[in-house]
Amino acid sequence: MPAYNEAANVGRVVDELRAFDPSIDVVVVDDGSPDDTATVARAHGARVLRLPFNLGIGGAVQTGFRFAYEHDYDVAVRVDGDGQHDPAQLDVVLAPVLAGEADIAVGSRFAGAPGDGYRSSRSRRIGIRLLAWVVSRIVGRRVTDTTSGFQALNRKGIALFAQDYPHDYPEVEATVMTYRHRLRAVEVPVSMRERSGGRSSITALRSVYYMTKVLLAIFVGLFRRDVVPEEASQ
Amino acid sequence: MTPLAVSIAGVVASLALLVVVLELIRSRRLRERYALLWLATGVVLTVLSAWRDGLNTIAGWVGIRSYPPAVLFAVGIVFILAVLLHYSTVISRLSDQNVLLAQRLALLESELEEERLSS
Repeated sequence: MPAYNEAANVGRVVDELRAFDPSIDVVVVDDGSPDDTATVARAHGARVLRLPFNLGIGGAVQTGFRFAYEHDYDVAVRVDGDGQHDPAQLDVVLAPVLAGEADIAVGSRFAGAPGDGYRSSRSRRIGIRLLAWVVSRIVGRRVTDTTSGFQALNRKGIALFAQDYPHDYPEVEATVMTYRHRLRAVEVPVSMRERSGGRSSITALRSVYYMTKVLLAIFVGLFRRDVVPEEASQ
Repeated sequence: MTPLAVSIAGVVASLALLVVVLELIRSRRLRERYALLWLATGVVLTVLSAWRDGLNTIAGWVGIRSYPPAVLFAVGIVFILAVLLHYSTVISRLSDQNVLLAQRLALLESELEEERLSS
């Protein structure tokens, strides 16, 4: 669980995860927060990896995957530290991976019934729509939510992301990456909650900058040759 | 009026810059984050080189009458300054982070040492 300045939310999310299933290991990656994120997470029983400075979301998430890889976990779930992802829906996201039907399963806000509660600003919605369209064209399957960080992975997915993960706004590129590496990916419908406290790290002006960069990254990425399917990386 | 040869040379040079930058990104030697300014440089210089009337008009605005391609130099220099300034901020951040890493490492090492002595 990546978290930056989420002292207000992280405790509750950790509690919910542990309430959902006490046997799961909750690992919080504190991305150099100046606030009490790490202390709160530790107090609620999570294992905390504290980064010495802010690496940005991509670096934080990859830290978690590296941990999972080096500690030989077979399955990992990424949940955001802001409480947007409902731990009660863990089994929905986990199901395809545990059943061996997919290497990576992504919880999508938009895959289910329309209008089930998720609202965001207009510019962001347009951005999300555009990215979804571009990504769907590239990977040849319908991807409705390219920015969702609610995802479950098996060992193959963990190995890939531990080795190579994009930097900022990473989910979009990661979706294309899993396709290029021939991992089996599926989307499952979930509903997400509004942020309950704190502030999202993505502001309006930045999203234009990110958009340009992500599109550039995707298109240049398409011309890379080093995309062999990696069976042996375990 | 901008000589045609200058226009052609300008377009070729800026396109070469664009190709080199894109190839560097592709081979993962340049991160997208640091490539955007270079790409903007390439695109603007390509447009200014190719669009000869535009170059003349802009030269008129800033009072250059004798030799419009001077605008190309000026724009190029502005972009180079921007890239350099950007690098200065990046280097400053990197050296701050480096200090922090060294300090963390020293603390960890002493902690490990203490653990070893006490066991």
